[in-house]
Amino acid sequence: MIDQNELKAIIEQVLGEMNVNASAAQTSAPASVQSVSAAQTTVDPGMIPDVTQIDLHTQYLVKNPVDKVGYQELKNHSPARLGIGKAGPRYLTLPMLEFRAAHSAAQDAVFSPVDHDFINQMNLFSVQTKCADKDTYLTRPDLGRQLSDEGVAAVREKCKKNPTVQLYVSDGLSSAAVKANVADVMPAIIQGLQSFGIEVGTPFFVEYGRVGVMDQITELTGATVTCVLIGERPGLITANSMSAYITYKGTVGMPESRRTVVSNIHDAGTPPVEAGAHIAEIIKKMLDAKASGTDLKL
Amino acid sequence: MKEIITSVGIDIGTSTTQLIFSKLTIENQSSEYVLPRIEIVDTEIIYRSKIYFTPLRSLTEIDAEAVKKIVRDEYAAARMQPDMVTSGAVIITGETARKANANEVLNALSEMAGDFVVATAGPDLESVLSARGAGIDVMSKDDRTVYANADIGGGTTNCAIYDFGQLKGVNCLDVGGRLIKIENGRISYIYTKIKKLAEDNGIHINVGDTADVISLRKVCTLMANLIAEGLGLGETPAPQWIYTNDGKGFPASVPPIKCLTFSGGVAEAYYSRDSIGNDVFKFGDIGVLLADAIKECPYFKKVRIVKPLETIRATVVGAGVHTTSISGSTISYADGQLPIKNIPVLKIAEQDEESFEKITESIRSQIALFKPDGNLEQIAVSFGGWKFRKFAELQNLAEAVTKGAEEVISSPYPLILVVENDIGKALGHALNVLLNHSKAVICIDGIRTRSGDYIDIGEPVFGGHVLPIVIKTLVFNS
Repeated sequence: MIDQNELKAIIEQVLGEMNVNASAAQTSAPASVQSVSAAQTTVDPGMIPDVTQIDLHTQYLVKNPVDKVGYQELKNHSPARLGIGKAGPRYLTLPMLEFRAAHSAAQDAVFSPVDHDFINQMNLFSVQTKCADKDTYLTRPDLGRQLSDEGVAAVREKCKKNPTVQLYVSDGLSSAAVKANVADVMPAIIQGLQSFGIEVGTPFFVEYGRVGVMDQITELTGATVTCVLIGERPGLITANSMSAYITYKGTVGMPESRRTVVSNIHDAGTPPVEAGAHIAEIIKKMLDAKASGTDLKL
Repeated sequence: MKEIITSVGIDIGTSTTQLIFSKLTIENQSSEYVLPRIEIVDTEIIYRSKIYFTPLRSLTEIDAEAVKKIVRDEYAAARMQPDMVTSGAVIITGETARKANANEVLNALSEMAGDFVVATAGPDLESVLSARGAGIDVMSKDDRTVYANADIGGGTTNCAIYDFGQLKGVNCLDVGGRLIKIENGRISYIYTKIKKLAEDNGIHINVGDTADVISLRKVCTLMANLIAEGLGLGETPAPQWIYTNDGKGFPASVPPIKCLTFSGGVAEAYYSRDSIGNDVFKFGDIGVLLADAIKECPYFKKVRIVKPLETIRATVVGAGVHTTSISGSTISYADGQLPIKNIPVLKIAEQDEESFEKITESIRSQIALFKPDGNLEQIAVSFGGWKFRKFAELQNLAEAVTKGAEEVISSPYPLILVVENDIGKALGHALNVLLNHSKAVICIDGIRTRSGDYIDIGEPVFGGHVLPIVIKTLVFNS
């Protein structure tokens, strides 16, 4: 057995030899490159088409269809990948690429953090749950339901006490959703509440947040109604979908059935600005009825 | 959750006056976790009146009291009270619309029939309502083809074309089964245009003549040909003078007709000729002869003739079932302002939605058109709004609208906005905040209008989520 130092020495030696060879190779390289470029007289500059820009509602790839118009009519009723053709038993290349692009967007939405510049732009301060990173967040839902000690201190210090409505934003399972929708939904809720004459507390941002942390926030701020805008688990249709969970006098450990939810907020789903206006009205009804979740008839 | 509302339809036509009651079922079609999407999901006709001859006091006047009595008696027979009726429409059609007191009767009936029973008129609208009553909007969608309906009544023939559920064109001809009347075996009335049609073709008929079946058949053949020409099935286009109110034929863009339905009183004779027998003047007019002429006319053999859902009742069903629609489900409106009836629409053209300045300018410049006696009448400002999706854009839009509609804001009337895109509630909130709650704002969405339309907005239904809407479009061919 060779020990570690010996191995290291061997590798260094090999690398050293490769470098010599590489620099020797470089001297002869330009000539061959030139001959290649001489052979390919024109290389078109440009870009390959972006597969994520294709509208799935109108994409129809079946060859020699019996009733294309009829199929299109069916497709109008579903965002599913219908009528995308096949090559033997498999997908065609284009739908395969589109599918993988959608899958990658979904993964990116889960794993990338929300840009802190965006949080600042929205005039939000930022706190964390007890999760230190994404891996902990994904594997320990319990920790995602509790603010870190620093987070608790920050909320206590910066937030208005006992507001009628406490609004906050959380990444949840899609940072892309936060970025895509918060700038439209949040001001629409605040304006709607203002239109109804309802007071709103100090909004902020919770990183690595699960829905349940809203109950701790309710207890910390003393809010009557708490509303969180949180990224939904992305699917293959969109990675930008956001939900609002809303509670009336929530408490840690209360049943989930006491949460009211407005989901599927994104450009191709529930339109963000109108969703915000609708959420403001739900909050008004919640305050009038003193109830939320299944106790509240909307 | 479901809500059922009752709708009435009243049709005062050239020959007949009819009434129906229908139930419209309203339901939220989306789950409770997303925005509501409340729609009319089912319609059912629950009461059909008898078919009355329209009572006339003279050739130029409707017998208003007799019409009112018919309506009152039918309400009683159906066990209905005006306050049980949530929506509906009264329509005066055909030759009756030309009577001196037509408008008066229309408005009186709409008042007595219920709070939100709207008055409608116009040959184009009648074409659309009868086609929908006949069911060709749905048939053309189900069969994915082009359907036309010709509603052949006593005074007019109303035609409409639907392609795959979409209205493609309408027209109205002064051709009908009661334009020549027969009493005691003699001709008692000939409408001027029909007299001209006969004279032009060397057929001499006069009031007072014995009703000669052979010459009247010839006139009916000419009339049938005109209907075919009006539908684009003849050898030549229909002559301009036969269109009602100097109207026009179908727009050039209409697709060729594949299937054709007939409705109206003459269609009743067309589809069930056997039940009438040999007395062709049974109804005191030429309706039966016209039905026969249509059956023999070679031009109609080019297309497939289909039976409609309704024949003689197509227009009244159209008025009772198909005039009411429902606003978008997330809207904003001030309390205590509804119902509002017969509001003219100020439409911002699509190209004027390019910039906020143009929106302001478009409203300002058009407001002048809505001052019949120097004072601004109540108007509804309408636009597509498809470009505005962002919160900031809606704020600018609200500002542009309030600038343009300053005169409305300083008037006693509420500020009414009718938008297509689903932004009604958010835009309403923006306006309320911008105007400091000092003005009643009604901001509805999900409704498409055209310049020249009138809109009626009913009292809220379905827990206040939606408003019943009737759009009265006077000119359909665009």
